[in-house]
Amino acid sequence: MNATLTELSVALRAKKVSSVELTRACLERIGRLNGALNAFITVDEERALQEAQAADQRRARGDAAALTGIPVAHKDLFCTRGMLTTCGSKMLANFVSPYDAHVVERFAQAGAVLLGKCNLDQFGMGSSNENSHYGPVRNPWNRSLVPGGSSGGSAAAVAARMAPAATGTDTGGSTRQPAALTGVCGLRPTYGLVSRYGIVAFASSLDQAGPLAKSAADLALMLEVMAGFDARDSTSVERPAEDYSGRLGAELKGLRIGLPKEYFGEGVEPGVRGAVEEAARWFESQGALRVPIELPNTRLALPVYYVIAPAEASSNLSRFDGVRYGHRAREFSDLAEMYAKSRAEGFGAEVKRRILVGTYVLSHGYYDAYYLQAQKVRRLVARDFQQAFERCDLILGPTAPATAFPIGAKSEDPVQMYLGDIFTVPAPLAGLPALSIPCGFDAKGLPVGLQLTGPWFSEARLLGVAHRYQQATDWHLRVPRETPL
Amino acid sequence: MSLSNDDVRRIAGLARIAITPEESGEVLERLNRMLALINEMRAVDTAGIEPMAHALELEQRLREDKVTEDDQHKRYQAVAPAVEDDLYLVPKVIE
Repeated sequence: MNATLTELSVALRAKKVSSVELTRACLERIGRLNGALNAFITVDEERALQEAQAADQRRARGDAAALTGIPVAHKDLFCTRGMLTTCGSKMLANFVSPYDAHVVERFAQAGAVLLGKCNLDQFGMGSSNENSHYGPVRNPWNRSLVPGGSSGGSAAAVAARMAPAATGTDTGGSTRQPAALTGVCGLRPTYGLVSRYGIVAFASSLDQAGPLAKSAADLALMLEVMAGFDARDSTSVERPAEDYSGRLGAELKGLRIGLPKEYFGEGVEPGVRGAVEEAARWFESQGALRVPIELPNTRLALPVYYVIAPAEASSNLSRFDGVRYGHRAREFSDLAEMYAKSRAEGFGAEVKRRILVGTYVLSHGYYDAYYLQAQKVRRLVARDFQQAFERCDLILGPTAPATAFPIGAKSEDPVQMYLGDIFTVPAPLAGLPALSIPCGFDAKGLPVGLQLTGPWFSEARLLGVAHRYQQATDWHLRVPRETPL
Repeated sequence: MSLSNDDVRRIAGLARIAITPEESGEVLERLNRMLALINEMRAVDTAGIEPMAHALELEQRLREDKVTEDDQHKRYQAVAPAVEDDLYLVPKVIE
């Protein structure tokens, strides 16, 4: 259960293991651990085993694709035909999508076996997975701690070796931050690289789907399946497919690594800073060059994000009207009350707060001061990166300023929670790709995440650099002590 | 600048979200904390800066004006709370 996708795919090809055996092993582990971790909202054993059988037959026929027979899990924000898609919300508690998301189709075409759907912060809004109608997800390293969010269920499922890989989405850090807090790898691709078709929308100018897995090489395999043009997403980018797994041997000699002074300052826990600096020194020892850089508008990224994301959310989530799908209140006297009560009952507290903030910043008299101003400051944040990439090839820093925190510690004050997103929010504002990989542990024995950010469409280089690091370290292969193999 | 209870009522009305009198105090307090964070960007000098609406400066792609989807209303309406004769049911809006 600690094998990488590459190893599993070799074992499947060599007939050392069948997809049915592999799927049974995952289901057995899910059955044993999910009660404590709550990483999955839906598990469909029957369907998974049917798909595994079909994958074994496909392999026997000799037409296996990249992931044929490999079990995966999807964040419960991806629409899946014939299986619940709840978005972690009471609003969609009974929703079965009439169609598959593009990403779900792609995994099915590649022959992957769908184990089930992973828990998340409602509609992707949160950094701790405490905002789920289905209860919090627990961190496999310590069950009293959060796994991060919003893709907390996907990250916990991979960390606890319940699934070899899972999908997530990242609007302000939702693949990278939970990956960091659970000791797994998570990638946010360049905006437009992966189709958003069938992903329940949160903030459309920021939302991107990305993989979570144990290694950078596994992320590369997953990205090859996920990336590609799709006419059904108007922001999908038309560009030739890349062979990410074939380009993992990145050159480190002469690689210019930018270290932003804003990412190593006050507010970063010493255990996090120490592990990240140690990783930076390793790259230097391999011939990489350390380039001190500045991203002076970093501190503005959070205020900008908390205008733009709620504004777009208030618009996107207006579709939940209790008419076409989703929760409808039982009692109401007229249409207006039906809307207001259905939405009040269906959405969780954090979702409602963000819709209200979004409605406010878009409302008459406040639009220029908030929304338009945020779009202008967004450009300043993006410009910082453009200027930095004239001097360096990629940017290295911590994914989050702290390791996993106790469940309940920050749920009373939303702003305290937001501050933990300070290093993950800038890349989405600029549309840049970024990934998180494990780079050590703090004094409490909790995993620390290293973030690499690159220019648009530099995924191959980011994955290659991360892979080189993982060939020399084994942080990514450590198994949480509370979920031994 | 912070919000009042009246502001919250107005915004909640626009957002079509019912807020009970019991929860309004907490909603007000938390929204004001969020606005305090947001207000940090209001004083930034952005004279001459173009607003950035999107991460990539993409041209909006247009497709041919052709039907690409077939009629699937039965499947789509299967997830609706109330449907009759292929129509979505809502409370009476016109007397």
